[in-house]
Amino acid sequence: MIELGETAPAFSLPDQDGNRVSLSDFAGRKLVIAFYPNDFSPVCTDQLSVYQEVLGEIESRNAALVGISVDSPYAHAAFRERLGLTMALLSDFHPKGEVTRAYGAWIESRGHGNRSLVLVDEDGIVAWSHASPTPVEIPGANLIFDALAR
Amino acid sequence: MTELTSSAVPPLDADDHVAGEGPEAIVYADFGCPHCAAVWARIRGLPLRLCLRHFPMAAKHPRAPALHAAAEAAGLQGAFWEMADSLFAERGRVDDPHLWERVEHFGLDLERFNSDRPSERVAARVRRDFESGIRAGVSGTPTAFVAGRPVRDGFEDALARLASLASGPRGP
Repeated sequence: MIELGETAPAFSLPDQDGNRVSLSDFAGRKLVIAFYPNDFSPVCTDQLSVYQEVLGEIESRNAALVGISVDSPYAHAAFRERLGLTMALLSDFHPKGEVTRAYGAWIESRGHGNRSLVLVDEDGIVAWSHASPTPVEIPGANLIFDALAR
Repeated sequence: MTELTSSAVPPLDADDHVAGEGPEAIVYADFGCPHCAAVWARIRGLPLRLCLRHFPMAAKHPRAPALHAAAEAAGLQGAFWEMADSLFAERGRVDDPHLWERVEHFGLDLERFNSDRPSERVAARVRRDFESGIRAGVSGTPTAFVAGRPVRDGFEDALARLASLASGPRGP
């Protein structure tokens, strides 16, 4: 994973509607990036569902949360609609996994990102990160609140 | 802001919904979750002291918040377990008319039930459990805790083994 204290790699990715979303859009706010393997997979469904339940609490802490996977914007749109998600889902589709690799969350053998969380502070510095030991382990939302409280 | 940083799963208290006798297990479950219902059918009859805590995940199961509120509202009239067991057992009958049928079947006051369901008292009680689950790291349902520790995989079997420890033959 990316090292704490590093400048977070810049990115500009399409969201579920095809609109470009950049790291710089979040300047002045904290940003939680949830790298996850695949839309609609059972574990990813649980993970984003539980984060959705506490999204308001995350946002009340001057923070935003976005999900990033290698799925296309069309898949993201369907996944969001299916679960009623309101956080942006960004598509690291082409070049495949480029942003996920830049954050050190890529699993080459699987061709998708590991389940990982990165907190970027208001100044664009990596303040915390967490990589699941395996892609089937969901980092609880409590870890996000621990990181935001630091 | 609500405190949601990590914290150990809270021990049982007087407000918890607890049934049965035996080794203690705390289960965070979602009444809209089919897996929870299947697991509940397997563990409900075990010789365990089971604590059921609310963990509605509305994104996956949009009806869940209403069902958890219904169980709490029934609980205010002394019928939490009747409603909870029924919601797990009859997952295809969870619309309001089905809930009202249950209320009448259980002999509860329907008018009071309907006024309690959307109340802040009920919402706060459900939220209490959900927030304690978040703080304990619950990220899917069902999730069980035994002796304060999460039971990660195959928890039906783990709870069955736990129950057998209490009910099995004792040594000399």
